[in-house]
Amino acid sequence: MTADSLYLDHAATTPLLPAARDAMLEGFAIWANPSSPHKAGRAARAALEEARARIKAALAWDGEVILTSGASEALMLALTRCVLSVVAVSAVEHEAVLRYSAGAERLMVDAGGLIEPTHAARAGLVAVQQINNETGVIQPLGAIAAAVHGAGGLLLADCAQGAGKRALPDADLIAISAHKFGGPVGIGALLVRDFAILRPDGGQERGYRGGTENLPGVLALVSALEQGAEWLDSAAQLRARLEEGIRAGGGDVVAAESERIAAIGAYRMPGVSSAAQLIRFDAQNIAVSAGSACSSGSLRTSHVLEAMGVEGAGEVIRVSIGRETTEAQIDHFLAAWRGIAA
Amino acid sequence: MIYLDNQATTPLAPEAREAMLAWLSGPESAGFANPHSAHSPGRAAAAAVEVAREQIAALLPPGGRVIFTSGATEAINQAIGSVRSGGIAYSAIEHSAVIEAALASGLPSQELPVDAGGLVDPEAAFAPGTALVAVMQVNNEIGTIQPVDQLARRAYEAGALFLCDAVQGVGKIAAPEEADFIAITAHKLYGPKGIGALWVRDGVEVLPLIRGGGQEGGLRSGTLSPALCAGFGAAAALAKARMEADFQHLSGLSALARGLLTRWTANGSEVARWPGNLNLRLDGLDVPRLMSELRDIAFSAGSACGSGTGAPSRVLTAIGLDARTARGSIRLGFGRYSTRNEVAEACRRIEAAAIAQGA
Repeated sequence: MTADSLYLDHAATTPLLPAARDAMLEGFAIWANPSSPHKAGRAARAALEEARARIKAALAWDGEVILTSGASEALMLALTRCVLSVVAVSAVEHEAVLRYSAGAERLMVDAGGLIEPTHAARAGLVAVQQINNETGVIQPLGAIAAAVHGAGGLLLADCAQGAGKRALPDADLIAISAHKFGGPVGIGALLVRDFAILRPDGGQERGYRGGTENLPGVLALVSALEQGAEWLDSAAQLRARLEEGIRAGGGDVVAAESERIAAIGAYRMPGVSSAAQLIRFDAQNIAVSAGSACSSGSLRTSHVLEAMGVEGAGEVIRVSIGRETTEAQIDHFLAAWRGIAA
Repeated sequence: MIYLDNQATTPLAPEAREAMLAWLSGPESAGFANPHSAHSPGRAAAAAVEVAREQIAALLPPGGRVIFTSGATEAINQAIGSVRSGGIAYSAIEHSAVIEAALASGLPSQELPVDAGGLVDPEAAFAPGTALVAVMQVNNEIGTIQPVDQLARRAYEAGALFLCDAVQGVGKIAAPEEADFIAITAHKLYGPKGIGALWVRDGVEVLPLIRGGGQEGGLRSGTLSPALCAGFGAAAALAKARMEADFQHLSGLSALARGLLTRWTANGSEVARWPGNLNLRLDGLDVPRLMSELRDIAFSAGSACGSGTGAPSRVLTAIGLDARTARGSIRLGFGRYSTRNEVAEACRRIEAAAIAQGA
């Protein structure tokens, strides 16, 4: 970003890490089709499989990895090809889950954005996200997984916001997206505990995902994963500073009492609509958002804030911190926030 | 290595790589934003996506729209998934993506045979109730150019939609004039892997395959990559500018190869053929042995996706070759960056190795 612009929308997408960029550029040189039997193709295949092994190691995942174009596709695969039908999803899931679970029960969340684990006990496929993309609230997936498994069900966890930042939950199906953790846009994966729980559909990826593999994207994805998440410790301090400033200025912190990832927060500025806030922040070259990027431009109230019963949901914006965010940037943002609130 | 497998994938054009770099930047620049974000870096990314969309649309017929996908496989699945009733007719030499998607749709399907030249009869009869006819523009294994415009018009007369898999032809020969759906991918056009597009004629209903955040007008969810879009767009613009020059170059390479491989017989029509592909057979040839003896020449024995199955090529079987003859066939795929020296050297060594085998 240029010196006077400030990007605090890392939950929408975050810059490509230099190591991931280098890996991608190296990947451009390994351009043969990994399915080709000749030497160049086999070299690409070897690089792909080595990257897959590194993904498993970086995520401490001992199941299978199906590479996809991103989390939306991974969720679609999980929700349409799981041997169990989807029976329940949390009310605060991303649209990519909600659109494939029209007939499934919505698991209500409390005012803190959390679902009650025992309510998730179902004998079918249950989808609960790891971290909410609008509020940063972390679901108690350990207890939820135990409840689902105890009932004979399978758990799908949308980990788009958590992968590369927190340990993966004990889920059977997990969707991840590289561009949320410093990898490129256009690559993600569905992690599958065991191929027996998913119906194949033909094509590449052992018959689970047709299409020539995006090797440069895969190499960049794994490189980004391997960069670690130590930065979240300093993000926690930045976030504390941010929230202290917002509260001092008369603002509210959404789900303040819930466990939340330090990278994402949702804040209400009483009396100023989120749309008006966005326009004024944007005019000052500050990039923040109202809810998810996908829904930006719509005037609809966030289904997440609505499900939580947040007062003044139409006055809430999302601020999301990245690896490079500094204390000076938080202070810059707070000054702008106070100016708009005044 | 001499790379003669440009139907499997093509190298990334330097121009496409350059176009991508601006959108692969780190925190020091704004070139990374989510194109669906409303803020100004998001709008800049969205603008780059739209420039690319126009560059790609310029290779396709007027009167339609370009929906970005992860590649042609997804585009084909989306087009076929948009057919809710009726039957699907497809040529016997379609890519697996078409055939598998048609079979998975659960709708009645009809295979349209091809003649010994690998061409679908433009007067082929479609089964009553056919809702979609799918015929590829250029075959990926034997390079034959199908009479897609005639077939599209016949499909319309029958009340059906027409899907053209133009993966191998787009940017290389003129686009089909008539179609409802056209599926393309960047990496066969010297663009990056991981992006393709579905072109949909205005007024034709298309259903989403990947639902979610509602990007691409609700027709294809998932964050779009400005880098992949820009790379695809630059590759498309380059292909458009170089279409004639590339075609002449490939024609020259094809003639050169034929002149050196005089004992070999071409599979598929000699006339309705795209010159970047040469599928040749030689009686008694042991292709796995040939490939293992020529490890630094990348060529293939069919499509990349079908490799490793051991089964004879479905395409070569469809043009009437028996299993033994089909197994004695190789595919040479020339590209923009193939040189005359490379092709000549590869052909001489292939011929010498074949003779040494006694083929």
